[in-house]
Amino acid sequence: MSDVKEREPWFSPKNIKLLTGPINSQNPITVLVLGICSALAVTVKLKPAIVMAISVTVVTAFSNLIISLIRKSIPNRIRIIVQLVVIAALVILVDQILKAYVYDVSKQLSVFVGLIITNCIIMGRLEAFALGNKPWPSFLDGIGNGLGYGLILVIVAFFRELLGSGTIYGYRVIPTEWYIGNGGFYENNGMMILPPMALITVGIIIWIQRSRNRKLIEE
Amino acid sequence: MEHLFNIFIKSIFIDNMVFAYFLGMCSFLAVSKTVKTSMGLGIAVIFVMAITVPVNYLMNKYLLLPGALSWLDPSFATLDLSFLSFIMFIAVIASMTQLVEMVVEKFSPSLYNSLGIFLPLIAVNCAILGGSLFMQEREYETLAEATVFGLGSGIGWALAIVSVAAIRERLKYSDIPKPLRGLGIAFILTGLMGIAFMTFMGIKL
Amino acid sequence: MSLIEKIKSMDRNSNAYTIMYSSAMVIIVALLLAVASTALKPAQTKNVETEKKIDILRSIGMAEGVEKATNKHSFVSENFTKYIAEQYVVNSNGDTITGVIAFNVDMKVEMAKPLEQRNLPVYKAKLDDGSVKYIIPLRGRGLWGPIWGYIALNDDLNTIYGATFAHQGETPGLGAEISTPEFQQQFKGKSIFQGDSILTFTSVKVVKGGATANDPHGVDAISGGTITSKGLESMLFDCLSGYQNYFDKVKKQLKS
Repeated sequence: MSDVKEREPWFSPKNIKLLTGPINSQNPITVLVLGICSALAVTVKLKPAIVMAISVTVVTAFSNLIISLIRKSIPNRIRIIVQLVVIAALVILVDQILKAYVYDVSKQLSVFVGLIITNCIIMGRLEAFALGNKPWPSFLDGIGNGLGYGLILVIVAFFRELLGSGTIYGYRVIPTEWYIGNGGFYENNGMMILPPMALITVGIIIWIQRSRNRKLIEE
Repeated sequence: MEHLFNIFIKSIFIDNMVFAYFLGMCSFLAVSKTVKTSMGLGIAVIFVMAITVPVNYLMNKYLLLPGALSWLDPSFATLDLSFLSFIMFIAVIASMTQLVEMVVEKFSPSLYNSLGIFLPLIAVNCAILGGSLFMQEREYETLAEATVFGLGSGIGWALAIVSVAAIRERLKYSDIPKPLRGLGIAFILTGLMGIAFMTFMGIKL
Repeated sequence: MSLIEKIKSMDRNSNAYTIMYSSAMVIIVALLLAVASTALKPAQTKNVETEKKIDILRSIGMAEGVEKATNKHSFVSENFTKYIAEQYVVNSNGDTITGVIAFNVDMKVEMAKPLEQRNLPVYKAKLDDGSVKYIIPLRGRGLWGPIWGYIALNDDLNTIYGATFAHQGETPGLGAEISTPEFQQQFKGKSIFQGDSILTFTSVKVVKGGATANDPHGVDAISGGTITSKGLESMLFDCLSGYQNYFDKVKKQLKS
């Protein structure tokens, strides 16, 4: 190995951009349309959404890292299978850990932990980035994309929990005296708890993001 | 029989893979621009679902569950391989989609061309894996139940993508705020369709 | 030439390399997952056990405060040993079976067996006021998947003291209603036998359109979830009917 070439600093501007890009202008959900599948059903409450976001970030980061480490040795013909096996193994690990340490949340997430395997972000990043880049940038790219994905998840869950249940992360925000049942004027918007509202919330987030960043508008 | 029919109806309309669980959204949003291609993908999904769910049911029952291997040898009765289920399911799905791809390529080259890159994408279509995982979680008792569930879920997914594609074709002529065009309106549209589908919950099953 | 160099010099697209690569990968992944699964198994089993204990305690109303407890596991197992005085397994003739621990009986397996071969667990609870309750496990099917629960009977083995039901994978809002306290509250005070002297087993009916308040065997059905209501009703009937002979025996003992 020729290590004469000057080493790039760990957090060079280019690497920082790998982290921050996916959070806004390269966001996997709202711009690249990846990985919506397994996510939105868990956004009724903030807590499962955060656990889901962390799980996806961990899986994306480490699958990117592992694939990037072995990228030169993978036989081309079984490339997709190798990627799937690495992702599936990581997801199984995450699932086992969730079952062991946060059992309640893992029950709420039910099949959606398993569905991280088919989260298009992970496959997409492996194909588009990890196969052609060094391990450290790939790792950062994975974290960045995981966070960009998690951000949307948390925003959606925040509004759905606040408006649908009147709580945030399980803590009551809207005082109970306000409710009509207790002689007040307020009522939870039951609609927010229903699945379709997650889609509409994401639609509105996209609208806001694209009004602010006109370059993203589709023709 | 009545029980199977209930599962069938419920998996198409009430617990629709797209509108109730948002599964398979990636290929859903990418393909649902024209009715023709979405019809093709829909049929492919029905086909793959109707095969993979029962196959994975057998895998689960005779290989993975605690004590499932006891048909091989009684001493395996305590063995629990269920932690391998994700890998097993995805492997079955990947090989089945490969098979479907080869069949489609042989018998309908035009469909193969129009589906293009989406056939391989079926392997990472969450709806397919979701079908198998729901089958495992809901503990269907017979092969017939699992098959009917797989078929119904596939039909539900196809129904969703075709109906949304039909609306999106007409959206081209409507005056939508610029930032909302494309992806944004597709999300909101799917959400509204989901609300419409919720009326099926009134079916007393 | 060392082995590693030999492998490195191989053509990456050859069949031999592909096969070697995939088998090495499968072995490494399988080993890793097996190790992880074995290492995490104790913690997972403990979670499942604690959940089962919570369900049992809930049927006698002794699971309150579990959400606030700092150490859930110790809180639950303390209460469990405090209130559950005895646990044993009986058969459909009402005889006690020795050598089987009630807590380890998997109702899913038992319900698949013919009635005569079933191991039927009984948990005998002693409350703070000294009254004795019998807790019977239940298991059946809703529309989508399994439903299960526990039902606690007063020591007359007829009146229901409390009930708890849980489910998996029911559509939220439909069949999921069976796990709400409001629904479970309805079971309190209902009786499972008809008449005092004749003792005909009737179980509890889930009545569509509302049960009258003084109906001793009926509770309101779940709106919208007909199949789950029916499933619940047949679960109660199937599970409780296995205990008939045992109940008779205990009652005779009490009278003599």
